[in-house]
Amino acid sequence: MEEKPRPKIDLNRVPMPRQDPKVRRRNFNEVALGYTDEMALREASRCIQCPKRPCVAGCPVNVDIPDFIKAVRDGNMVEAVKVLKSKNSLPGICGRVCPQETQCEEVCSLGKKGAPVAIGRLERYVADWERKQNPGFNKVVDLAPPTGKKVAVIGSGPAGLTCAADLAKMGHKVTIFEALHVAGGVLMYGIPEFRLPKEIVRAEIEYVKSLGVEIKLDSVMGKLATVDELLASGYDAVFLGTGAGLPMFLNIPGENFNGIYSANEFLTRVNLMKAYLFPEYDTPVKIGRRVAVIGGGNVAMDAARCALRLGAEEVYIVYRRSRVEMPARREEVENAEEEGVIFKFLTNPKRFIGNEQGWVTAMECYEMELGEPDASGRRRPVVKEGSEFIMEVDIVIVALGTTPNPLIPSTTTGLETRKNGTVVADEETGKTTKERVWAGGDVVTGAATVISAMGAGKRAAASIDAYLRGL
Amino acid sequence: MYKIVAKERLCPVVDCFEFEAPAIAKKARAGQFVVIRVDEVGERIPLTLADWDASKGTITLVAMKVGTTTHKLSSFETGEAILDIIGPLGLPSEVENFGTVVCVGGGVGVAPIFPIARALKQVGNKVITIMGARSKDLLFWEERLRAVSDELIVTTDDGSYARKGVVTEPLKEVLEKNKGTNRVVAIGPAIMMKFCSLTTKPFGVKTIVSLNSIMVDGTGMCGCCRVSVGGVTKFVCVDGPEFDGHEVDWDLLMSRQRMYLEEEKHSFELWKSRQCQCSS
Repeated sequence: MEEKPRPKIDLNRVPMPRQDPKVRRRNFNEVALGYTDEMALREASRCIQCPKRPCVAGCPVNVDIPDFIKAVRDGNMVEAVKVLKSKNSLPGICGRVCPQETQCEEVCSLGKKGAPVAIGRLERYVADWERKQNPGFNKVVDLAPPTGKKVAVIGSGPAGLTCAADLAKMGHKVTIFEALHVAGGVLMYGIPEFRLPKEIVRAEIEYVKSLGVEIKLDSVMGKLATVDELLASGYDAVFLGTGAGLPMFLNIPGENFNGIYSANEFLTRVNLMKAYLFPEYDTPVKIGRRVAVIGGGNVAMDAARCALRLGAEEVYIVYRRSRVEMPARREEVENAEEEGVIFKFLTNPKRFIGNEQGWVTAMECYEMELGEPDASGRRRPVVKEGSEFIMEVDIVIVALGTTPNPLIPSTTTGLETRKNGTVVADEETGKTTKERVWAGGDVVTGAATVISAMGAGKRAAASIDAYLRGL
Repeated sequence: MYKIVAKERLCPVVDCFEFEAPAIAKKARAGQFVVIRVDEVGERIPLTLADWDASKGTITLVAMKVGTTTHKLSSFETGEAILDIIGPLGLPSEVENFGTVVCVGGGVGVAPIFPIARALKQVGNKVITIMGARSKDLLFWEERLRAVSDELIVTTDDGSYARKGVVTEPLKEVLEKNKGTNRVVAIGPAIMMKFCSLTTKPFGVKTIVSLNSIMVDGTGMCGCCRVSVGGVTKFVCVDGPEFDGHEVDWDLLMSRQRMYLEEEKHSFELWKSRQCQCSS
């Protein structure tokens, strides 16, 4: 029997065009430029449509990845959008900020032989294609008939938006309460424009609203109304997607000197309040000459790259462990390095030094070395005795992570929290210890990723729907 | 959008606005604040509530023209609306029958001291109020405060009205005269609150101050407003705004208030130059 020649698979993915590092380090425009039609077609053709479809299980919201890729390959973009959006209401966001390399792409069958299919880039391509179509195009989702049930969603970040969109599709009346003056949560105040253009966030929020979701801005729940009051005023269920908004500090001497920011404050000023456009926008931010960002996560990379774009001469990432332990995505670390961010590993501040006017001028640091693995499995950094040295800085950004805001738990009866402030909720359903209250995203897990929050929002929506239908 | 239902110019640099904000009015309590954003490019700034009316669904804010945001705000008229009001934020004042309390309001701090004095009076305290301004034309709400006080003392720095001098002088006399004073509440510029706290310290009277640090979100998420109280870092927005004045690190507060002086000046100059262009 004659063997049919199989088409040769390109083991390399189609590269993503990006702004030149020398140029982009001084502007806030998006770094990654997106695939052209030809590039997308070529990349989509690399998917072998394997029967096991491990990527679907690798996706926290279980997008039918091979199906949307096949639609792209067949040139059927309407179908691609439909497949994608039936599971994911925020594809333009996910295509940009999901850590695909540890999710869908990590388990891609092609990955055993070569580079996995660039699923994230294709997702972005489909979402961007849809956004460019005529307004009114995105009526591809069928809404279930109204159930007459009302759900309050607190927080309009990734968890809240996903939960709200899914519940709306199921026919429930959803109101989102957002504390800030714009919707989007961390997508708006945290992630910078050059990684996630705000226009895309706004467009995807408009889509969620088009499903019938109402968003009430300027509404700090726990202050304006408590969860108990919401439940008493006609809402059948409440979903808490309030995120992890409280910044952690180092708690070392001198931390309150002028010029020392939490990453939350720095990023909120730059992204939400648009301080990079000061004085056209009224909110200022200090630019700095020598900027030190303390921490090794994605937020630290974002802050460092913002500082550079604002015009700082030198920007340092100061991290107490070594490169391999950094929690940031490799792609973001590489982007930061290409742009000129300088990494100081195995370094930890001991105290901040200031001048008479109360401004930080330097920090005294320890050199660190790695000891035995700690609870996180990473080798624990230990101070090298007598290794103190002085590093001159004029701006410091502390990016050590965040914890949930206690405002809701402290004003809600019967809602159990853990020591670290996270809300206790069932992993599968998002059910909390309080009747008719669900929670998901960073408020449950502590600071994590956009997509894991979306996954939690989705699972909670299914559980809330089941509860509401049983009423 | 939050509509202005009434505007009153209290003095050339201070305006009083009544905003339609029924949800906030329903929950507001003495000592709490709101964050406002005037327009699309605007900054978020905190303002302590000067009054509210749950039945009318309105809140009252008093603002002095200092920088870009407050000048912009001052240009709004009745019937117009600002973009955002967020609140009520912060912890309410501790209100109980302490016995004798002294309320001190300096400058524009007279506005937020009013609901606190009223609440303290309502629960049965003997309320002695001291209000001060730099000069007569900067004084407002004298009658309002008199109505909620058992005794009212008015000072002007330049002596253009009532007693000449600063508020700390009558404060000291009041404490000497009323040995059993149980509490002092002082609101005004940081320097005034600092000196009120220094004045009351030798008398051992608990002194509450309402701190006016720079804020962004006002809900605990940025840490911009951090202060040191009793050697511990606190966020004014969620742990305050009221703290024990004897424990506050005043120099740190004032230094952090000056963090954006340059930028504030720059922003304001730009705003002013644009106003001139428009009117010419």
